[in-house]
Amino acid sequence: MPSPSPLLVMRDIDKRFQGVHALAKASLEVQPGEVMALVGQNGAGKSTLIKVLTGAYSRDDGSITFAGQPIAFASPMEAQRGGVSTIYQEINLVPFRSVAENIFLGRERRRYGLLDWPRMNAEAAEILRRFAITVDVRKPLMDFSTAIQQMVAIARAVSFQAQLVIMDEPTSSLDEREVEVLFDVMRQLRAEGVAVIFISHRLDELYQVCDRVTVMRDGRTVMTRRMDEVDKLSLVAAMLGRDVEAVRSRETAFAAATGRAGGDVLSVEGLKVGRRVRDVGIEVRSGQIVGLAGLLGSGRTETARAVFGADPADAGAIRLMGRAVAPQEPADAIALGVGYCSEDRKADGIIPDMSVRENLTLAILPRLVALGVVDETRQRAIVETFMKRLAIKASGPEQKIRELSGGNQQKVLLARWLCADPKLLILDEPTRGIDVGAKAEIQALIRELADQGLGVLMISSELEEIVEGADRVYVLSDGRTVADLPHAQATASAIMAAMAHAGGASENADG
Amino acid sequence: MADAPTLPRGRATPDLMAFLRRYAALAALIVLLVFNVLVTPHFLSLQTLNVNLTQVATIVIVSVGMTLVIATGGIDLSVGSLMAIAGALAPLIFLSPFGVAHPALGDALAFVVPIAAAGLLGAFNGWFITRFRVQPIVGTLVMFIAGRGVAQVLTNGNLQVFHNPTFQFIGLGRVFGAPFQVIVMLALVAAAAWTMRRTLFGRQILAVGGNDRAARLAGVPVDRVKRGVYAISGLCAGIAGLVVIAINSSSDANLVGLGMELDAIAAVAVGGTAFTGGQANVVGSLIGALLIQLLRYTLLANGVPDAAALIVKGAIIAGAVWSQQRGRSA
Repeated sequence: MPSPSPLLVMRDIDKRFQGVHALAKASLEVQPGEVMALVGQNGAGKSTLIKVLTGAYSRDDGSITFAGQPIAFASPMEAQRGGVSTIYQEINLVPFRSVAENIFLGRERRRYGLLDWPRMNAEAAEILRRFAITVDVRKPLMDFSTAIQQMVAIARAVSFQAQLVIMDEPTSSLDEREVEVLFDVMRQLRAEGVAVIFISHRLDELYQVCDRVTVMRDGRTVMTRRMDEVDKLSLVAAMLGRDVEAVRSRETAFAAATGRAGGDVLSVEGLKVGRRVRDVGIEVRSGQIVGLAGLLGSGRTETARAVFGADPADAGAIRLMGRAVAPQEPADAIALGVGYCSEDRKADGIIPDMSVRENLTLAILPRLVALGVVDETRQRAIVETFMKRLAIKASGPEQKIRELSGGNQQKVLLARWLCADPKLLILDEPTRGIDVGAKAEIQALIRELADQGLGVLMISSELEEIVEGADRVYVLSDGRTVADLPHAQATASAIMAAMAHAGGASENADG
Repeated sequence: MADAPTLPRGRATPDLMAFLRRYAALAALIVLLVFNVLVTPHFLSLQTLNVNLTQVATIVIVSVGMTLVIATGGIDLSVGSLMAIAGALAPLIFLSPFGVAHPALGDALAFVVPIAAAGLLGAFNGWFITRFRVQPIVGTLVMFIAGRGVAQVLTNGNLQVFHNPTFQFIGLGRVFGAPFQVIVMLALVAAAAWTMRRTLFGRQILAVGGNDRAARLAGVPVDRVKRGVYAISGLCAGIAGLVVIAINSSSDANLVGLGMELDAIAAVAVGGTAFTGGQANVVGSLIGALLIQLLRYTLLANGVPDAAALIVKGAIIAGAVWSQQRGRSA
């Protein structure tokens, strides 16, 4: 339906960080009283776009019009006064103060120069009642559930006369019932003419509550549609940048498998970890590359961490090398022959101030020791072998790893596990943020290792990598295994279909 | 294109700063020595050397353990209190009827038991910090407060005076003319420096301090390593406690090791070990302690009151931290 004048128009927004485009001619348009979904993969530019809007970042180019006026907020505080409120995943309120205090923080009601508590408490209760929430507003905020805390944050935003409320992944820490409460609040906001920008990775939720959706990819806005005019498959295709019909082939350096799959190295059944992994089942054989596909937040990394013992599982059966195990610490899994290259190299992979040599041998160091003393001759020999084999570019084994390029850091981390001679290697986004050349080398290496008998579990958000590299593909959605595809059937469209049609929801569910 | 201008600067500056950071304390020490040789009367004598080394030995011994703790990104405030506990226990053992009846065994136990007790309490610090995920500064604050209380309870708050040449060898003895505690100090520094460089434990300490999440994912037993360094810090404090009471021929639970945690931390800071963890410069801590000691001696020998020396000490620490931060931001 055509609307007279949009509330927010962001047009041709450019934002560069050190010369790299985070946003390139991105745009976003929101009508008054509309719930707009904003979706995209990691790094698509959603957060950057929001930060440009609220003044957390300045824009390099483009225009923003809000309520008919061109604007350039200097800070989120100014945006809030101007009618744009943001509610973050981590609630930034004061947990020790009461609900009412939090709502009126910074503009307390006064009477004769003193705080007018009865009035603030009454007004706070009144605001919350609009959203059908009745709590004792005099109690400290931390006494309430995350959902209620979020409602308080929203109530605070609304009481600032917000015309636009931005919610950044508000449902990720809520349970299903709490999500329903949040959706009721969003519908209430809509009824009152307040617009909402809703960022979420759960497709089902978008159909439940949103009117329209804007899809971003690589810093651009690639699609804006009414929710009831777009099915999940096209939504996923837009996010991943794949034409549903045509998928180009041979984009990666993965060759076809030449080895034969051997016995099971990993089997997982009914795995449950926290809220992110609800029911995952996977199987990896030696000599096989198994791809783990899924959208952001589908529970891939959490599954890998549970198998590796980094976050112990709550329920389910894990068998490693044929033995039923319940790894409680990474050391347990390592002892059984498992290696894990994490997604975030910087936070979970490298020891930045240590040398290439020390980083490379960190996992096998206990094996290079006689009476507690490190055998440096053997250590150097191993480092030399693997630096050569993986063509690691460094000034030498003593160079600090933080001075290496991303691709070479990743090679060192791969070598950290390869020198331990593992039977199962879990790779979480092995080629993210790596230049094209190193990427091809790493992909070729993974295939070579699998052909030599290594079992590989590979998580990747790049469809080509999964489609061309994996001999078997599992698709996860919302913490569940929703598809198990052999190589021949693991086409991009089949994988996307599995991601989109998860949870038994109908294809054209409407909001 | 954006990388081009930053790259050469990024290469050169850390090297230069790392060099300065590494050798600034040593350079300052040498300058101070030269100054004293020229200005302070009777500076070049064995007696001056021994006085200074004897006074600095306990600080160095404690700062060896402190360096390892700081290398894991932690801190140990309890060392002074653990010294007091060790210092209270030793005379209780060799002055007991059993110790008097069996002097050899009594003296041996008076060494072993207090040091072991301090090590165990250090291990308790580590357990407390890792088990309950307490911040080290808070976790060891508990022992800092409670430990001195324990020492006072052990002795009923009384001063224990004694004369026991065998036991007091640790503080008064000489080997080839060198004070025994100085030899202990040098042995501990050498052992710790070697441990950090060559052993699995040493490398794991640095990995834990450098990035404990990555270390855990590489199979490093992070909690066990942390418990280990606090235990070692406790052992070092125990040894230092015995040295102090041996020198004094008395043990006062209220005074032994008082303020030692800050002296040791200062020595580590001046020595160039980063408080963010991931580095351990044990020899640097030795130099740092020597620098602070010699500075104080220089000021006193030249008629500057001790109060003013404290101010200079503060300035030295500030300078050391400043030079570290310069190195880091580059």
